[in-house]
Amino acid sequence: MSDAPILDVRNLSVRFRTEGGEVPAVNELSFTLGRGETLAVVGESGSGKSVTSLALMRLLPKDAAVAVTGQALLEGRDLLSIPEAEMRRLRGGAISMVFQEPMTSLNPTTPIGEQVAEAVRLHRGMDGRAAREEAVRLLDLVGIPAARQRLDDYPHHLSGGMRQRVMIAMALSCDPSVLIADEPTTALDVTIQAQILDLLRRLQERTGMAMVFITHNLGVVAEIADRVLVMYGGRAVEQAPLRPLFSRPLMPYTAGLLRSVPRMELAGRRAGPLPAIPGNVPDPRHMPPGCVFHPRCGHHQPGRCDAAAPVLEPADEAREVRCLRWRELAA
Amino acid sequence: MTALVELRELRKWFPIGGGLFRRAQQVKAIDGVTLDIRRGEILSLVGESGSGKTTVGRAILRLLEPTGGTIRFEGQDITHLGRAAMRPLRRRMQLVFQDPFASLNPRHTVERIVAAPLAIQGEGGGRQRVMEALEMVGLQRHHAARYPHELSGGQRQRVGIARALILRPELLVADEPVSALDVSIQAQVVNLLLELKERLGLTILFISHDLSVVGHISDRIAVMYLGRLVEVAETGDLFRTPHHPYTEALLSAAPDPDPDARRRRIILQGDIPSPLDPPPGCAFAGRCRFALDACRAAPPPLREIAPGHLSACIRDDIHLQSPLDEGATYVPAG
Amino acid sequence: MSLTITRPLAAPAFRRFRRHRLAAFGAATILLLTLGCFLGPFLLPFDDTTIDIMNRFAPPLSGVHVLGTDELGRDMLARLMMGGRVSLMVGFTAMAIGMAVGILVGAVAGFHGGWLGAALMRFVDAVLCFPSIFLLLALAALVSPGLLSIIILIGATSWMDVARIVEGQVKSLRERDFAVAAEVLGASDARIIVHELVPNAVAPIVVAATLNVARAILLESYVSFLGYGIQPPVPSWGNMLNNAQIYLTSAPWLAILPGLAITLAVTSFNFLGDGLRDALDPRMRAR
Repeated sequence: MSDAPILDVRNLSVRFRTEGGEVPAVNELSFTLGRGETLAVVGESGSGKSVTSLALMRLLPKDAAVAVTGQALLEGRDLLSIPEAEMRRLRGGAISMVFQEPMTSLNPTTPIGEQVAEAVRLHRGMDGRAAREEAVRLLDLVGIPAARQRLDDYPHHLSGGMRQRVMIAMALSCDPSVLIADEPTTALDVTIQAQILDLLRRLQERTGMAMVFITHNLGVVAEIADRVLVMYGGRAVEQAPLRPLFSRPLMPYTAGLLRSVPRMELAGRRAGPLPAIPGNVPDPRHMPPGCVFHPRCGHHQPGRCDAAAPVLEPADEAREVRCLRWRELAA
Repeated sequence: MTALVELRELRKWFPIGGGLFRRAQQVKAIDGVTLDIRRGEILSLVGESGSGKTTVGRAILRLLEPTGGTIRFEGQDITHLGRAAMRPLRRRMQLVFQDPFASLNPRHTVERIVAAPLAIQGEGGGRQRVMEALEMVGLQRHHAARYPHELSGGQRQRVGIARALILRPELLVADEPVSALDVSIQAQVVNLLLELKERLGLTILFISHDLSVVGHISDRIAVMYLGRLVEVAETGDLFRTPHHPYTEALLSAAPDPDPDARRRRIILQGDIPSPLDPPPGCAFAGRCRFALDACRAAPPPLREIAPGHLSACIRDDIHLQSPLDEGATYVPAG
Repeated sequence: MSLTITRPLAAPAFRRFRRHRLAAFGAATILLLTLGCFLGPFLLPFDDTTIDIMNRFAPPLSGVHVLGTDELGRDMLARLMMGGRVSLMVGFTAMAIGMAVGILVGAVAGFHGGWLGAALMRFVDAVLCFPSIFLLLALAALVSPGLLSIIILIGATSWMDVARIVEGQVKSLRERDFAVAAEVLGASDARIIVHELVPNAVAPIVVAATLNVARAILLESYVSFLGYGIQPPVPSWGNMLNNAQIYLTSAPWLAILPGLAITLAVTSFNFLGDGLRDALDPRMRAR
């Protein structure tokens, strides 16, 4: 890992203009991604995590209804301001993406071999035969058994897990330096999820790509991440390396989230109700004043947390937290 | 404890692809399930997609006509009961759905949705009972006038639970009731179900794929694989001493929010076989690291391997891992 | 995670805006036509059957008869209004009959599926195979013409598209969880259809109803024009056109005025239908 991050996102904001007024989906989000590193972005609905990934890929609609500001430097080039033609070359090239639903992301009328070969041809300029050979290699790499015989299979011939493998093969066709994986295992069964996580980890070891892994599942985060960015209400609320975050969360939201998931070790003991976070996930159209989490926070102080919006501040050299009271609470 | 629901060799096959000139193939969604749901317990039915767990729930509620076997509710055979004969029983067994949005009619107010059971079963006391039901699930009176799209996901699921419980049923089938909800909301709904179970003396069939939730909520767990039960046990026993290798793999694959658990996953190879063409023997044999030739010969029966612990694995000579083990051995993939 | 992005794109927005104005124009015209036809005759000094033999073929705007007179000297405005009553009444009642039959057939076919649903829908397909104007003429030849018979005949040839729409909607809606929820509660089929399914299919039904009124007015005009429909001396826009054929060169307003009335009414209903389609159901916008 060299010191310079491969992806450096600075003050990314995304706003949607809707009939009901302006909706701030992402607010002043900044993070870095080191070479070969996996950053998990965790959040619930409305947290802005998926909008972030679409903004980085420049896949949000380009019109007056969406305003994207800030910078996203991929090896020094700003993904948010380069011309569309250059972005098209980068997309699927240096930066690539895997989506949640592999069925809708694959073309149902084209055999999988052709779809992978097409991605190779487009970005690497290989001719037909070489591209086909490369497709076999890629499908083999992502663990599709008897890849050569499956080239002419259509997406509906494959199981959900196999389709996700094909998606990953396409995303990897150009050796991306950054892979954005948006809930890639959410639609899959747990035993298949374990396969895909294992595959992504091994591919990463092999290719050295960095990964932004977007998920709502803390178990998956524990499985795959080096570092974690927790989002809530369109803001980063905590950012830390994996182990410290799980063992000593600083932001009450992170702590609440971790506590509310039932632990396997306690199975069958039913030790009272789960420590749930009360209230509802905030509606992006009606964000509470002050700290966006304060209406649900057990530690909130009236007159303080609902008055001033906390900033994301460094907690130590590797961690950041957005909470007015984190020092008191950590003590 | 007596059984509220008894399933004996229950089968549900769906014909597919049949036409004028072609014989339909049979998808064996449930293929011989024998299981008791005891009064007052929370029994979880666990499995992956295609395991048939949802079909079992719908068959018990007689939303489906079983292909074979019997379903008894409080001793009464309801396997082939007609709609009219089922109607009085409907008030005693209810369903909570996975998707709280799809299960509420978008054109009806919360009050109308929650009052529907009273209207259908021809009971009075409408408004008062609706308010009580809303309060019971943690909603307020002003929610009665709202439409589903004006509520959050967690509130919608509370409305679905209020509708299911307003007639005070004895049996609640909860089909993945928390899996469509945000993580921070799941715990609220799990707590609500547990609280209501105690308060109303409910029996719950909890259908889920999420083992951490299942481990918390259930008294007993039944694991399904490709239309059959592979293991049934008390929750603690199942987590501590799984007997079927599929249970072991499922427990191991469940994502655990513990960074130190990372190194001990068992990663199964391959996919669930097609229910159109299930293998002749144990359906799991093709993915099982302990499979013998005998496993592929005939489907192993569910047998009692310890008091109250049933398993459909013929191998008693293997030691399986449990997520509760200290430092379970790491099994490399591939 | 799943923030719904509702963004009006420039082009469709313009189209919607324009459609919206057309729909408003359509609604206003329909309202005016209806009011005019049903209240207008009370304000006119002339009866539609009063013969003013001294004033035959008076051109519009030439005297006391604002829109002129016909070959018997009857006031054209009065006749247009009375004809409009007949045409609009035929349009609305035939639509209502078509809707009732279509919703019933569609709901039963969509809800039950299986052989009954298949048989019903194949019957719908079979009826649709006949061009409805021929069907209508064939039926009209067998029945003695009159207001009631023409309404029933038009209703009988305009339920099929509604049946198809409702069948498709009901078929997909009945699989939805909220319909299953009603089933778990022991609701009867009729209750599920009436309370849960049809209200969710209202948007396409209303659109089809509006378009069907336009269609019924047009069909009535056809049939009456061909002499099988509303019989003189009762005026309808169609038989007024029929009557006007011989005087096309000498008194063109006799043809132009009812022709304009038909066009105005039919296009207004069509504009309104398109507008409602947009307003009620965003999913149908693409079509």
